[in-house]
Amino acid sequence: MEPFAPSSFPGRLVVVEGIDGSGKSTQLMLLRKFVESEGIPLIFTEWNSSELVRETTKRGKRKQTLTPTTFSLLHATDFAHRFTYQILPPLKAGMLVLGDRYIYTAYARDTVRGMDPEWVRNLYRFAVRPTLAFYFRVPIEVAMKRILTGRVKLKYYEAGMDMGLSGDIQESFRLFQSRILQAYDAMAEEVGFEVIDATLPVNEQQRIVRAKTMKALEGYTTRRHIERMPRLYSREGQ
Amino acid sequence: MERRYYGAGLPYVPTKDLRGKLIVVEGTDGVGRSTQMGLLQQWIELQGYAVVTTGWTRSSLVSSSIEAAKSGNMLNHLTYTLLYATDFADRLENVIIPALRSDFVVLCDRYIYTAIARSAVRGLTKDYLHRLFGIALVPDLVLYLNIDLETLIPRVLESGGLDYWESGMDMDLGQDLFESFRQYQTLIIREFDAMAAEHGFETVDARAPVQVIQDQLRARVAQVLQDGAPKGA
Repeated sequence: MEPFAPSSFPGRLVVVEGIDGSGKSTQLMLLRKFVESEGIPLIFTEWNSSELVRETTKRGKRKQTLTPTTFSLLHATDFAHRFTYQILPPLKAGMLVLGDRYIYTAYARDTVRGMDPEWVRNLYRFAVRPTLAFYFRVPIEVAMKRILTGRVKLKYYEAGMDMGLSGDIQESFRLFQSRILQAYDAMAEEVGFEVIDATLPVNEQQRIVRAKTMKALEGYTTRRHIERMPRLYSREGQ
Repeated sequence: MERRYYGAGLPYVPTKDLRGKLIVVEGTDGVGRSTQMGLLQQWIELQGYAVVTTGWTRSSLVSSSIEAAKSGNMLNHLTYTLLYATDFADRLENVIIPALRSDFVVLCDRYIYTAIARSAVRGLTKDYLHRLFGIALVPDLVLYLNIDLETLIPRVLESGGLDYWESGMDMDLGQDLFESFRQYQTLIIREFDAMAAEHGFETVDARAPVQVIQDQLRARVAQVLQDGAPKGA
């Protein structure tokens, strides 16, 4: 069985994935500028940004009472909300949706935290398969260097401190992100990542990203039609 | 008897040392669950067992989010289901499992079956729901207070009237609250009846007098408590 439905909506969905410090957000920002300059209508969406559970996640993080399961489910709830209100309508309307992280972030994080991989894939079965999923692959040491020079403070859950890998937050971050990296690498083929070497110069990466995106966008605005939801919903109960 | 999960479970939580008993009381709103559970708790404690109770949407983590979302009508069915699953997971790990590990009897006011029934009648597939709630432990006993609609309706009306969500008004079954309640509860009861067969619920007729129902519940609980008694006792 396919983990989730391929998108057959008239819109297009392009997402970026990669560990912290891979430069994925920078690349997406540059892609966004380019796409806007081409006059293509787009919607931008980020992982974990909806109103509904932001407060809950904050509360859980502050008290550090989130378990791998509640962490996973809260993010799925958040994503389901965002998917319904922010991602699905523009896809149906034939727009381009750019996602900074997508369900693969959950595939990686949740399994590293100890969740069953099949359970996590089922959890996100309601989502649609992106047109393009870029994976910015970078060695852990390069990512660490970028993070530590660029940002002030590592955050508790992002450093995987809840996993007890190390009492030192930097070391914990390195160990945790290394495992995330392995998880991304392991799923690359299964989910069909477009792998980008994130050690290349920024503009060189962007040239590849733009070319692949434009190829994926060829002629898409002319194919507008009504599409049904993927088969998560049925009326078998009635 | 070895304790197990329904599905994927919590892979990082072993079940070996969960020596307590997990007892669930299910049944639609207005069926008399709270009354029966109160009496049952007193009785179990009289037998010398320590009891912890937990109920639906009582998790400190998300219950306020659920209330806020209900009042704002922001939820679609999928989000609603996932929020309930989060609440359940929080209580499972922070209340139910620690209590079972400490040899308590855990009395659950509803369990995953309520969530599955509500989500299934709203159109989510059984396959999706069974895998999602595969995190749950299989209880030692599920007591199902079964009732028919004709008996249920006057009870609900007497105890405060029809509620928007318990009437399934989000499902567009019709603008008439009473008719929507009838249709919605019929669907819910059908789901429960199907699960009762599938999961081996102990079904008790909730139309009987309170003490008659209570005696039946106690008889079944007594069996489960005996199962766990030390050998030779």
